[in-house]
Amino acid sequence: MSQVTTQPNVDQIWDWLDAVPDPEIPVISLVDLGIIRDVAWEGGTLVVIVTPTYSGCPATSVIAMDIETALRDRGISDLKLKTQISPAWTTDWLSQKGRAKLEDYGIAPPQPAGGPDKCPHCGSKDVTRVSQFGSTPCKAHWRCQDCLEPFDYFKCI
Amino acid sequence: MTREDAFTQFLLQMGDNTLILGHRVSEWCGHAPVLEEDIALANTALDLIGQTQMWLGLAAEVQGDGKSADDLAFLRDAWDFRNVLLVEVPNEDFGRTLMRQFLFDAWHSIQLGRLMKSSDERVAAIAEKASKEVAYHLERSADTVVGLGDGTEESHRRMQEALDYLWPYAGEMFQSDEADAEMVKAGIAPDPASLREEYDTLVSRVLTEATLTIPESRFAHKGGRTGAMHTEHLGHLLTQMQWLQRAYPGAKW
Ligand SMILES: [Zn+2]
Repeated sequence: MSQVTTQPNVDQIWDWLDAVPDPEIPVISLVDLGIIRDVAWEGGTLVVIVTPTYSGCPATSVIAMDIETALRDRGISDLKLKTQISPAWTTDWLSQKGRAKLEDYGIAPPQPAGGPDKCPHCGSKDVTRVSQFGSTPCKAHWRCQDCLEPFDYFKCI
Repeated sequence: MTREDAFTQFLLQMGDNTLILGHRVSEWCGHAPVLEEDIALANTALDLIGQTQMWLGLAAEVQGDGKSADDLAFLRDAWDFRNVLLVEVPNEDFGRTLMRQFLFDAWHSIQLGRLMKSSDERVAAIAEKASKEVAYHLERSADTVVGLGDGTEESHRRMQEALDYLWPYAGEMFQSDEADAEMVKAGIAPDPASLREEYDTLVSRVLTEATLTIPESRFAHKGGRTGAMHTEHLGHLLTQMQWLQRAYPGAKW
């Protein structure tokens, strides 16, 4: 048994988790999304704290599976995922890197004003809401009045 | 009634409200008047089902007899459900569905706001999570009620009919019994009656803007939240919702 030397440090684990894509918006990682709240060793067990985005988000179980798979692939077998609902997830936890990637991908990042500040395609400020809900629980449906393209807006909660 | 029984009853009330309304709203999936509304209704249903998992999960934990949230959702009979009658009435048209949603969302948002200060931190945490989603539901249902109420002659007529039909179901959300008194004493949940004033203010502001008239009668249908008597509609709903788990007990995918 020579396990003592093989326990990776938590910074390394954060990096690994930052390579796990969000299953519904694969351009950002689970770390970008802000749902990984803590990573810590408790003895020989790695504990990962996850805060779900929306209560009914169908991706929640896929996310748990993706985390497990990613870490097991790196040789971590003693793993515990804990769900923490308070404090509740907020879009303030999206990383700057994540916000930039969302915009590149064509999804307007959340704004405190409650709507996108510009069209993610052409940059026009002339945008209008089509629907408060969109293709996933975290998005709303908007349209640009200049380039006429529809786009997703990541809701601010 | 012991405090534990009262607590279980309260958690079932919260979870059954969101479960039954979530199921009702999901019945629109693929049938809404336009695609955007279809998606909005499905997303609302999804939030409600997600909240159900938390409330019924905690109810099962407090009951402590090894049951899960799924057991509570799929293996109880109509008389064991503790949802208010409002959420089990059939959808009828889109207008009535949105009016019901608004009357419920208004109560739900006030209730969750109070529960965020619950002495039980598990209740406070669920309320904190759910209240963000429900604020969004309320914004949308209130907007739609105003849009349709103050819309065309036909949409106005349908919304007034929906309000006349549903209003007698709103009163049950504010009725208290000995279980509620026990929850108030423990600091876990507010007295339902204490929400009424804030509710009336909120609802009448929106309905006035929607050019709709609140019926004068304070008569209230009741029996859902105590389990004394549900409408005939709940049994029909359960035959659909529970069919798979009844026909194939323990089925998983
Ligand atoms: Zn544009």
